[in-house]
Amino acid sequence: MLSTVCAFIHAAIIQGIPLLYGATGEILTEKSGNLNLGIPGIMYVGGISGIIGGYLYEHSTANPVAALCILVPFLSCIIGSLLMAFIYSFLTITLRVNQNVTGLALTTFGIGVGNFFGGSLLSFFGETGSISLIQSGLCYKASLPFADKLGLFGTTFLSFGFLTYLASAIALVTSWVLNKTRVGLNLRAVGENPATADAAGINVTAYKYFSTLIGGAIAGLGGLYFVMDYTGGAWTNNGFGDRGWLAIAIVIFAIWKPNTAILSSFLFGGLYILCVYIPGLSSSAKELINMLPYVVTIVVLIIISMRKRRENQPPAHLGLSYFREER
Amino acid sequence: MESVAIELKNITKRFGTIVANSNVNLTVNHGEILSLLGENGSGKTTLMNMIAGIYYPDEGQIFIDGSEVVIRSPKDAFNYKIGMIHQHFKLVDVFTAAQNIVLGLKEDGKFNIKNANKKVEEISTKYGFDIDPNKKIYEMSVSEKQTVEIIKVLYRGADILILDEPTAVLTPQETQKLFAVLRRMRDDGKAIIIITHKLHEVLSLSDRVAVLRKGEHIGTVITAETNESDLTEMMVGKKINLNIDRSEPVNPQDRLVVRDVDCISRDGVKLLDNVSFTARSGEILGIAGIAGSGQRELLEAIAGLQHLNSGEIIYNNPKSGNSENLRDKTPMQIRDLGVRLSFVPEDRLGMGLVGNMDIVDNMMLRSYRKGNSMFLQRKEPKNLADDIIKQLEVVTPSANTPVRRLSGGNVQKVLVGREISASPTVLMAAYPVRGLDINSSYMIYNLLNQQKEKGVSVIFVGEDLDVLIELCDRIMVIGSGRVTGIVDGRTATKEEIGLLMTKTDSTDMHGGDQQ
Repeated sequence: MLSTVCAFIHAAIIQGIPLLYGATGEILTEKSGNLNLGIPGIMYVGGISGIIGGYLYEHSTANPVAALCILVPFLSCIIGSLLMAFIYSFLTITLRVNQNVTGLALTTFGIGVGNFFGGSLLSFFGETGSISLIQSGLCYKASLPFADKLGLFGTTFLSFGFLTYLASAIALVTSWVLNKTRVGLNLRAVGENPATADAAGINVTAYKYFSTLIGGAIAGLGGLYFVMDYTGGAWTNNGFGDRGWLAIAIVIFAIWKPNTAILSSFLFGGLYILCVYIPGLSSSAKELINMLPYVVTIVVLIIISMRKRRENQPPAHLGLSYFREER
Repeated sequence: MESVAIELKNITKRFGTIVANSNVNLTVNHGEILSLLGENGSGKTTLMNMIAGIYYPDEGQIFIDGSEVVIRSPKDAFNYKIGMIHQHFKLVDVFTAAQNIVLGLKEDGKFNIKNANKKVEEISTKYGFDIDPNKKIYEMSVSEKQTVEIIKVLYRGADILILDEPTAVLTPQETQKLFAVLRRMRDDGKAIIIITHKLHEVLSLSDRVAVLRKGEHIGTVITAETNESDLTEMMVGKKINLNIDRSEPVNPQDRLVVRDVDCISRDGVKLLDNVSFTARSGEILGIAGIAGSGQRELLEAIAGLQHLNSGEIIYNNPKSGNSENLRDKTPMQIRDLGVRLSFVPEDRLGMGLVGNMDIVDNMMLRSYRKGNSMFLQRKEPKNLADDIIKQLEVVTPSANTPVRRLSGGNVQKVLVGREISASPTVLMAAYPVRGLDINSSYMIYNLLNQQKEKGVSVIFVGEDLDVLIELCDRIMVIGSGRVTGIVDGRTATKEEIGLLMTKTDSTDMHGGDQQ
């Protein structure tokens, strides 16, 4: 029984990590007042950029070095997601296009980009079959060598690749920056009331750009984790599924707090695969259980709106453009 | 002390084809309070925003302490020790006072909110403010928020302070406190510019007065050498009679009797607490109180838009002689009872009119149920719209212009005109002159007076106590949802009303101390 529970927790964490990257990135973005619904697309692009980078590297050399097997996909992923986030930032911050429309378009675009390159990358190089980057996958999956020797604790909590720990670390650092530093205070002010921030001498545009770009890069790592660690270096079209939307649901569930997002992500990850761990379910019951993350999000929304605590509300200027000389 | 702190030379600012300021010259000395006086739309705020770095002038020069400067952003303004307290507070609601005060600063050393708290308290003691640095903005009263704004600019070491209509939202007592603080700052050598259109404040506070009209600088006079009517003439460009005629109510009858009304919000806050009063025909009943004390809920309850938890609202129909209870009826049901109720809500373009529709369509909002044809009859509302435009001097290209494109005063005239045209027996108006210039304001007062003389029971929610005292027959004061007193408009004083506005019972204090 205990081993089943531990296996479930282990699996929940694995499922939760892409969500955590996406949620942390989106929280950082939303704190600047940008509602980036392009996050699911950015995560797709983050994943495929990592794959492309890894593929080019693995095929350029006979003996891939482990460090570069990690570094090349990692940097490619960051560049790809930054580009996507930049498109969003330029459109919504500089050109003040509607944020919802831009975000949704970006998601459609990102999924398309992912599936296009996922399907045609091999044929560019005259190969057939499906993408499989075994070397890079192994490097990303490598866990602490002594994890297996620490019994159940080791196998449940220590047997992950480095991206798992990085996700939690980024969430904690984001939380610290937002709540304990001057930069965080300024950023939150931009999201709450940009006119006030502007009058206080804060560069609203710069803060919006930086938080959206960094948020996009963080979210993109969720895609990288999925293709490198979760699937071990393989790409399947639409394999990432609706995890990007789930990440945005976690932002609401965690009431815009990155540290709360850590456990929320693991919870959502657990709910995502719960049906596998309950034996003897009919297929319709499975579908009902798969619905749980969304039901929970709606319940949380209702509870938040009933309690009406001002600190638990989304940033007041979320989704709106800021223009200084507007009259 | 008489050194020039800031000098503006030939400042011009245009928004598209509209000239907001043209060739304005202005100087302010250290240790001086300058009032900037002008009607709405005369360019006072625009001019000050250029000093504060919100806007950038198209032409002209700004000198600070004798040398020319370029102010491109609020940050530049801070560097020249200019601080502006805006009319709409620029504060982040979910932050504490201290967090708002240090916002955007680049101080050396580790970010530590405790140091900020300490410094805030130092400034508070120096100038006599009363503020808790850890209190969240959304828990604060308007006057506390204003205090935070002032401390914010002082914290940044401002030498030149600009206050945009600081007293518009304050009670008389709070205003006196603010003026005391401002005088202390003046004596400390700071240059203070205060934007206002309340003449008596100009006269009691400032050393000099600069008057703007339609974006142009009309002149600067020494306060001691001028008076109210001269200033008005400079401001408006013609002589204006500042007296409101108040006739004695003729044959007043109880039209609307409100008894023991309670209203509790969804959060469990008592918005209206045991409110009872009577509104009589041929009389203007003023309602005074700090904004948000339940005025809105009270009017909406009478109009059938707010659910009440207890109490009754009795309407005595002058035609049939029947008495009807309006409580918890919808506006439609109230109308079907034959109650002729007109309501000018506080939120003109939100509740009163539809901004994107033209004047004719807005007239139809009240009359579209008339007639039996399935097609709309636009002729009558068109005539009504034309009448209102002509009689109330609404400035608009045509009756088919969307109302959102009209200026605030003209929007209000359209709304009041429509409500009056329904020949009401009860007319409720919430802040009908907010944001209106002197001319339009007096036109609205006259309209209310005409209605009163026709035997209408007028309920007027206002914020300017001077006007309430001049216009109303009786003034009901509410504080925190309770009626704290009903006074006679002919004998009441501002101080008396101000005290009633802030009067709270021990039970209220208990509730207020939570959180």
